[in-house]
Amino acid sequence: MSSTGPESFSRREPGSISRRDFLKKTAIVAAGALIPLAALEILSPARAQALVDDAATGPLHWVFLVDTYKCVGCGFCVKACKLENEVPYETEATRTWVERYVLTKDGGFHADSPEGARDGFITPKIKIGPGEYQDIKPEDIAKAYFVPKLCNQCNLPPCVQVCPVGATYKAPDGVVLVDRTWCIGCGYCIMACPYGARFFHPKYRTAEKCNFCYHRLAKGLSPACVQACPFGARQIGNLNDPNDPVAKVITTERIAVLKSEYGTKPQVFYLGLDQEVR
Amino acid sequence: MKNRVLNNHLLRPLLVVIGVIIIVLVVRQLYVPGDFGIHVPGYTYGWYREGNIEDWKQVTVKYQGREYCANCHTTEVDLISTSPHAIIQCENCHGPGVGHPPDPPKLVIDKSRELCLRCHSELQYPSNPRSAIKGIDPVAHNPNVECVTCHNPHKPTIPGA
Amino acid sequence: MVHGAVWTVKELFVFPNEFIYWAIQIVMYPFMTGLVAGAFVLSSLYHVFGIQQLKGIARFALVLSFALLPAAMLPLVLHLQQPFRGIEVLMTPHFTSAIAAFGIVFSAYFAIVASELWFLYRKHWVEQALLLRSKPHKTFKDRWSSGTYRYLTLGSYDIGEDAQRKDGKAIKILAAAGIPVALFLHGYAGFIFGSVKANALWMTPLMPVIFIMSAIVSGIALCMLTYIVTMKIRKFRARRNQSRTYSREQLEDIKGAEIDVIKTTSRYLLFFLVFAISLELLDLIFRGYTAVKSWDVLRSVIYGKDFVDIFILQYGIGNLIPLILFLLPRLSIRRATIGAVLVLFGVFMMRWNVVIGGQAFSLTFAGYMHYALPMIPRSLDTLKEGLVGALGVFVFPFILFYLYSKIMPIFGPKETY
Repeated sequence: MSSTGPESFSRREPGSISRRDFLKKTAIVAAGALIPLAALEILSPARAQALVDDAATGPLHWVFLVDTYKCVGCGFCVKACKLENEVPYETEATRTWVERYVLTKDGGFHADSPEGARDGFITPKIKIGPGEYQDIKPEDIAKAYFVPKLCNQCNLPPCVQVCPVGATYKAPDGVVLVDRTWCIGCGYCIMACPYGARFFHPKYRTAEKCNFCYHRLAKGLSPACVQACPFGARQIGNLNDPNDPVAKVITTERIAVLKSEYGTKPQVFYLGLDQEVR
Repeated sequence: MKNRVLNNHLLRPLLVVIGVIIIVLVVRQLYVPGDFGIHVPGYTYGWYREGNIEDWKQVTVKYQGREYCANCHTTEVDLISTSPHAIIQCENCHGPGVGHPPDPPKLVIDKSRELCLRCHSELQYPSNPRSAIKGIDPVAHNPNVECVTCHNPHKPTIPGA
Repeated sequence: MVHGAVWTVKELFVFPNEFIYWAIQIVMYPFMTGLVAGAFVLSSLYHVFGIQQLKGIARFALVLSFALLPAAMLPLVLHLQQPFRGIEVLMTPHFTSAIAAFGIVFSAYFAIVASELWFLYRKHWVEQALLLRSKPHKTFKDRWSSGTYRYLTLGSYDIGEDAQRKDGKAIKILAAAGIPVALFLHGYAGFIFGSVKANALWMTPLMPVIFIMSAIVSGIALCMLTYIVTMKIRKFRARRNQSRTYSREQLEDIKGAEIDVIKTTSRYLLFFLVFAISLELLDLIFRGYTAVKSWDVLRSVIYGKDFVDIFILQYGIGNLIPLILFLLPRLSIRRATIGAVLVLFGVFMMRWNVVIGGQAFSLTFAGYMHYALPMIPRSLDTLKEGLVGALGVFVFPFILFYLYSKIMPIFGPKETY
């Protein structure tokens, strides 16, 4: 194309369009047509509101109940979770774990979760570092208990809010899921979770966390940890079903959630949660 | 007049930028799956690829539960069901039963002390349900001997003990 | 192995899934974008506000900012566990996340700086293109250069008086428009941390402002430093090639680092440095005064484990000493160089203390994590997120800067704008 100048446009028949003009207009039309509908959806508040209203009257909303009065720290839940959800046994992370709290009479605080209690709690010694343990005399103990933990499937999940690409989300039935094909592995969700529920899967290299064994729920089965627990410390239920035993406990008995001050509205409820639980 | 404005070299960089944006939008049409968008409950918590929900539902279930084991192993199931170990799932000790049989033909039989010590290592915690479980000091009680040498896991109580 | 496990050492009660997930590359990223933003603001101080003493460093700063830009993207690519999916930030951005802003802001800033450089250098490119076009016998290198310059002109060869005036106006507009974008580019990086309510150290509305202020400080310091170094190299080369390559006129041009430019630049450096220090101290005082639930563990980290990192390295060596060096009268090139280097170190330590410091304590508030920076790469992970990766990121912009200077000469043809 030769160098341009005002004079090259002065000779044209009226009513015709210059090549430049034509190309420019085509480009604008093409660009406009190519904006995907998804982009337009972002701009439509009415549509978004309608979707939110639908969610409020949905039939299924999973909730979890943990009874810390029943947990003995056997760790069968952790083992079952790892095997059910293909998180390698030797990986130093787990979708669910159990914490041990030992509070001594002098006001001392001791807590640990060796390998997430994958192998249970076999020794009374508290793990305080790699290869380091602390002895506590039984007569010094004021109270000791075990607290199972898992993803709280929050109603206002901070992890979903910070995902830059929409790889994690809250499904209509309340479970927060991670799309392994879409996650870019930035780790923002892991940093945003106040509960330490998330980690990077060592093989898939995407964010990973408990999803209430979503594949088992789909088949009418309970999560692996619920089934494995011999003592009934873990239960799952549907909050919107008035006959559901878990829903009944949550609505009628005194329950607590973890770190409510963060405003995340967790959907895992605890019986017997002590003030020292982190 | 309009042509002169367009001809103005000042707009050249702008045209380049517009060109790049168009390319990005074209690539986006091809790259992003069709079911990706705003779903319940809205843009903040519902921005995702809808097909992923079905992906998760399709994952293979590994643990089958005692009822499945009872189809064949009626002896052991009957035995354990009347013992204090009735509350323990078969697969807790034997591993998940997916594919069995025929693959694997036999499930793991874990005879290690560590397995039993999960519950039976005495921790001496006051007002803890663990205290209700018969526990031992692993250092003192027959160390280096497999628990199953004396205790049948499906009927662990030794008569007279 | 879980990403992060290899360089994390846990102490006392830490959740099983907690590791130092955001490591050295996440320290490098705000450091590099800070340099980008700071260099651009320095350049704009001349182009927009007409501060004549900065004319010598303005064009230099802009090219440096442009060289730092791809280098700022590098830490993110190295950090991502799925780097090939990084484009998704442009494909399906979730704007409730501060990181999603990255795609748009970065691209916008890229467009602005590239455009401003185009207006700044097009006269030189047009001249070079015409020169090469009329050359009768072209070597291979000539043909390559000729093609490059022709494409760079974007088909516009008008470098008359009128066109040059228009160029000057365009530069001013772009430099002005670029200031809020540059600030946003780094402000949002501060927002990434400041908005994480789960992290007791990061969560503060002051974080974006602190980040921007220290970014400007680092950008100015880097420009000052690179300017001094480049001037020294030119002087050294000129003396070595005396009368063989350079004419007397050109030799006079290379006067060495102009002390006036340095003095004015350092004044702006001081202003922003004081602002940045004040905000950080304000944040610290507030935390101690209000003493919320997290204060116990934060205090043990800030005044205990990280005391040296924070008070000796960052505040002491990185802030206080350069403050004194720049405030003392009769500023010399040598003192300015040392001050600039220490300031850059201080800003780097600030990023380190925020990113690593924020992961030094557990979510339990009853445990700690120690970060052991991998020095020798033993795996892809420790290569990317180790000393080698960090140094590579830091060196990369200077390589780019050198390559850019081939077509965008920083010194030489008298600047008209």
